[in-house]
Amino acid sequence: MANKEWPLYEVFIRSKQGLSHKHVGSLRAADEQMAIDNARDVYTRRSEGISIWVVESNSVFASDPNDADSLYEPSNSKVYRHPTFYDVPDGIEHM
Amino acid sequence: MNALFEYLLRLGDDSLILGHRLSEWCGHGPILEEDIAMTNLSLDLIGQATSFLKYAGEVEGKSRNEDDLAFLRFEREYKNLLLVERPNQNFGATMMRQFLFDAYRKLFFERLVHSTDSQLSAIAAKSLKETKYHLKHSSEWVIRLGDGTEESHQKMQSALDDLWKYSAELFYQDDVDEDLIENGIIPAVDAIKGEWDVLVRNVLEQATLIIPSNNWEQVGGRKGIHSEHLGYILAELQYMQRAYPGMKW
Repeated sequence: MANKEWPLYEVFIRSKQGLSHKHVGSLRAADEQMAIDNARDVYTRRSEGISIWVVESNSVFASDPNDADSLYEPSNSKVYRHPTFYDVPDGIEHM
Repeated sequence: MNALFEYLLRLGDDSLILGHRLSEWCGHGPILEEDIAMTNLSLDLIGQATSFLKYAGEVEGKSRNEDDLAFLRFEREYKNLLLVERPNQNFGATMMRQFLFDAYRKLFFERLVHSTDSQLSAIAAKSLKETKYHLKHSSEWVIRLGDGTEESHQKMQSALDDLWKYSAELFYQDDVDEDLIENGIIPAVDAIKGEWDVLVRNVLEQATLIIPSNNWEQVGGRKGIHSEHLGYILAELQYMQRAYPGMKW
């Protein structure tokens, strides 16, 4: 029998206060259902979450680091896209 | 003999001994994820044992606490099922043992929640949530390994062949139970047995496993008559308290 490794899954957890699922790590599992079980045991032991997503890592299509120049640098010269040209009135907190 | 005390020992010892068995997997799991999963199950069970034995100590009224009961009784005073002291063997066999036990425990706790004893009802409510997950996990593994490769199927079938004779003790009843059932403190066993049969047969069928035709029933644990394995478990479990009485850490 071939010693085939289980597929890798990326795990996303939504915390009680959180609005969106956040990537927390990855794990191996026999299938999606077991990946949820494993994620529950590995990543929610300390009450970190109330919802779990798992996605097979193969399904994630990532940007190429070699394309960083063309993908991200053009925005460096466009500071006007940041909301930094406003005076924040006194008394406004948490900005 | 106080029936409630005796019964609490049965509940507590089932959780304690199975929890200890699962803890033996710590650092030896087939994969990291499952190593953590089994340790989680173990901690849930030891937590349940703490609740049951603490209450047992209060009911007994001889100022023994949960630690005294867990660490300072002799083999014949343990009232756990023979099933839970069976050795881990391989991962599949551990999951089969877990499944047979979880299926019973879930159905049992669902009813124990309605106990006339408020303390038992509260412990049951907390434990039920944990046990539902245990059952989900163990039954998923039984199905996947039973209906898996030729090798995994064969291992699961021999685990079932080995453990089946110990499953009858889940429904063991004697005079300890009778009074408690009559007073609504614990649920009647008969209804649980019916549902357990359906649940277990359904999962084993999906797992393509065959229930052994041999119907020999091995019992004894509830009376303190154990297999050779319990002594070894207790030697390890109790070593510290026996060697250094009263030691705390």
